[in-house]
Amino acid sequence: MRLSRTARVTLWAALGLGLAVIYFPLLVVLLNSFNADPTFGWPPSSFTLEWWSRSVTNSGALHALSTSVQAGLAATAIALVLGTMAAFALQRYRFFGRNPVSLLIILPIALPGIVTGIALNNAFRTILGIDLGLLTAIIAHATFCIVVVFNNVVARLRRMGGNLEEASMDLGASGPTTFWLVTFPMLRSALLAGGLLAFALSFDEIIVTTFTLGTGMETLPIWILDNLFRPNQAPVVNVVAAVLIVASTVPVYLAQRLSGDTASGGRL
Amino acid sequence: MKNRKTRLAGLLGVSLLVAACGTSGSNSAPPPGAQGFTPPKLQALQTLGQPEGQLNVLAWPGYAENGSNDPKVNWVTPFETQTGCKVNVKPFGTSDEAVTLMKTGQYDVVSASGDASLRLVASGDAEPVNTALVPNYADVYPFLKDKSWNSVGGVAYGIPHGWGANLLTWRTDKVTPAPTSWSVMFDANSPYKGKVVAYDSPIYIADAALYLQTHQPDLGIKNPYALDDKQFTAAVNLLKQQRPLVAEYWSDYLKESQALKSGDAVVGTAWQVTVNLTKGEGSPLESSVPSEGATGWSDTWMVAAKSAHKTCAYKWLDYIISPKVNAQVAEYFGEAPGNSKACAEMTDKSLCDTYHANDSAYASKIAYWTTPIPQCLDGRTDVQCKDYGAWTKAWTEIKG
Amino acid sequence: MTAFFYRRPALRLSLLLSAPLLWLGLAYLGALAALFVTAFWHTDAFTGQVVTEWSLDNFATLFTDAVYRTITFRTLGIAVLVTLIDAVIAVPMAFAMAKLASPRAQRILVIAVMTPLWASYLVKAYAWRSMLSGNGVLSWLLNPFGIEGPGYGVTATIITLSYLWLPYMILPVYAGLDRLPDSLVDASGDLGARSLRTFRSVILPLTFPAIVAGSIFTFSLSLGDYIAVKIVGGTSQMLGNVVYDNIGAANNLPFAATVATVPVVIMLVYLAAVRRTGALDNL
Repeated sequence: MRLSRTARVTLWAALGLGLAVIYFPLLVVLLNSFNADPTFGWPPSSFTLEWWSRSVTNSGALHALSTSVQAGLAATAIALVLGTMAAFALQRYRFFGRNPVSLLIILPIALPGIVTGIALNNAFRTILGIDLGLLTAIIAHATFCIVVVFNNVVARLRRMGGNLEEASMDLGASGPTTFWLVTFPMLRSALLAGGLLAFALSFDEIIVTTFTLGTGMETLPIWILDNLFRPNQAPVVNVVAAVLIVASTVPVYLAQRLSGDTASGGRL
Repeated sequence: MKNRKTRLAGLLGVSLLVAACGTSGSNSAPPPGAQGFTPPKLQALQTLGQPEGQLNVLAWPGYAENGSNDPKVNWVTPFETQTGCKVNVKPFGTSDEAVTLMKTGQYDVVSASGDASLRLVASGDAEPVNTALVPNYADVYPFLKDKSWNSVGGVAYGIPHGWGANLLTWRTDKVTPAPTSWSVMFDANSPYKGKVVAYDSPIYIADAALYLQTHQPDLGIKNPYALDDKQFTAAVNLLKQQRPLVAEYWSDYLKESQALKSGDAVVGTAWQVTVNLTKGEGSPLESSVPSEGATGWSDTWMVAAKSAHKTCAYKWLDYIISPKVNAQVAEYFGEAPGNSKACAEMTDKSLCDTYHANDSAYASKIAYWTTPIPQCLDGRTDVQCKDYGAWTKAWTEIKG
Repeated sequence: MTAFFYRRPALRLSLLLSAPLLWLGLAYLGALAALFVTAFWHTDAFTGQVVTEWSLDNFATLFTDAVYRTITFRTLGIAVLVTLIDAVIAVPMAFAMAKLASPRAQRILVIAVMTPLWASYLVKAYAWRSMLSGNGVLSWLLNPFGIEGPGYGVTATIITLSYLWLPYMILPVYAGLDRLPDSLVDASGDLGARSLRTFRSVILPLTFPAIVAGSIFTFSLSLGDYIAVKIVGGTSQMLGNVVYDNIGAANNLPFAATVATVPVVIMLVYLAAVRRTGALDNL
């Protein structure tokens, strides 16, 4: 593509500057995880590995991590099923009320988290009278993860068309067989990409979780919130964050590879 | 110690209705009880059973330390070992949070200040306490028993824990000379504009009223929690005038500690525990009760009506006000202990004098946190005072 | 059985739709409705219990007390500014990623942009808190020039929120630009337009839906946020804070629900307006 030289230089500079700005605070976090000063004064006067060694044995953080993973996996599983069903319904059929339904699917993620959080909290506690726990948080997470999977599957279905499935059935395969042998393999990478993004969404979610998780339980973001200001724990938070940043490149890379051919931009 | 007979009327229907549909039969205008309401009929526990193995404690930060903040500060683990009740501690930052959290029904005991205790009694979230089941209650200072914030109609609703004042604190290296008046935080021309920290709760309006009690005596404020229209408006205006001076409103004492440490704030209202913590981390901080006096709190351990672990709850009540533990808490947090025998157990014997633990006259001068109600708490019957709902609305306006 | 279902598309459709619709429609919408019904009730200030007497008092307070208007406009202002700042930063970046980078570099760049999303919202906000502090990095950089950092407040909130939501704007715009055929840009150049004119008349209109798609998130996330402003906002309040304080500290669910209607109405209006630009397909 032809662009003037100034245009190219400006654009590359914008990209470079933007990435620098994005990563600078993360580097500060990384640096602070080695900062010997517990108040994170800048510039750091000395470095230490103590926070890292403390984090490995920090039961609170590990517990919170396992809760987050459990909630994320469960919510993703539910979202995968419901999102796929909804995607098939909206993509393959024309029916009255199609637009409102698609709006409904987006709503949990378009409305501010605090509204979703207090609505579900009110529903669980006062209307249904059940205690908050891990299940209520999973239900909440699944609700706004549905749209992530939905979008990925819709995009894939759009490109797939129905011909292969019809051909398969013409050749005598039953519905379930067609789904398993023809449709599903084509959808697989979209499902995986959608699932990974849904997991990421659930993993980092704090606002809705605050209102729907049982007392005494903590997901990782809630643990971070509780310990952010605690003088003895705040350095550990930095370490946890640093680990998250580094470890997350793997699932992000995977998601990118798998969704390489879908329009999976944005939060979804 | 007075023995108290409790009535056996036990109707928990009120609590059930509340839980079922989030609605309730509304309280009509409260009949004239001393505190302006009639508490729901709940009975105190009659006998202790077997410890249930679990206890959920809702506590002010610093009251139930289990080693997670400082591994050397821990009086929860010995309790767990003694009684087999595994303790989960949830700290809260303001009385309002405490009242809301108690409504979830998931906590067994709560350390309630005066501005939470009566609300908990009125809503049926806290039940009367059978003081006969708490042996250490005998040693509690007499001037803390049967007060208007921990008993209703002669029935005790909790065990006194300790009391203290909301202090003025400042960075000695940034604030000179050492302030002796709250005006350093309220005066529009204060040299520390933009570096003040104030408490983030509607109850802080009382601090402004207390200030006006001295500086605008023609308003006639006698009790900072009993404010009629004119007095209330004056207090609110003072706080609106204060807002440009404020760097942050704190409800998390650790957030305040961090602000003071980093120098983003140099003067503010704080608890002794915050001052102790920040000083311990190397910041030069001092605190005092200024000339106008101070608001404060007198805390009571209460038992949740819906608690499933009441034996553990009573064991906790007895444990936390036992002389040695009460002394530990008082020393760590920085307050006057509720148990008269605690002073002898303190490692720093001068602390009891610093906190005026034995001085009932001093204790009576602090403006303890209380929930404002329409019936004026200073006894005036010719005017209506502002209730807490009005305070809450005004607080949003003040923060802007 | 396959044939049975094949002949009844309506049945297949209803089976497919039933579960998601029940979940979202009944459960979620139901919960929302139940919440907004409480806006017509009120709380007894002393006992904290909800009183189910119907009245419009809460809404009256919302509309007549000036402070809520102030907070609403402040929140709207922040949301709009954040969206604009992110759009301005994201478009050149996304363009460079989509059009100038090689396919392998593109993959790496997308990963680079997405990785910070995993770094935990709280940690990033906290990092900004320490950077904006009086003895933080920003002061350390600016003070030698005699400039004072913004400190905590509305400016800090805007900076932090723009930073937090930036990836959510970059990615849809990148996807949109990726779909833009190079030939269009070349054709525009062939017809004599310089880069800026091409950008203004060809690229921008075509990527507008993608930008709007990204804006849905920056807007909605800023509208309802209450945590970042608590961390770096100093004494400022946003709508999310008022809702949060009324739920927690004030224990006034009815009023919280009343205040919550404001961001919901704003978002619904925004979504309706945005649907026509086709942005919803670009999510």
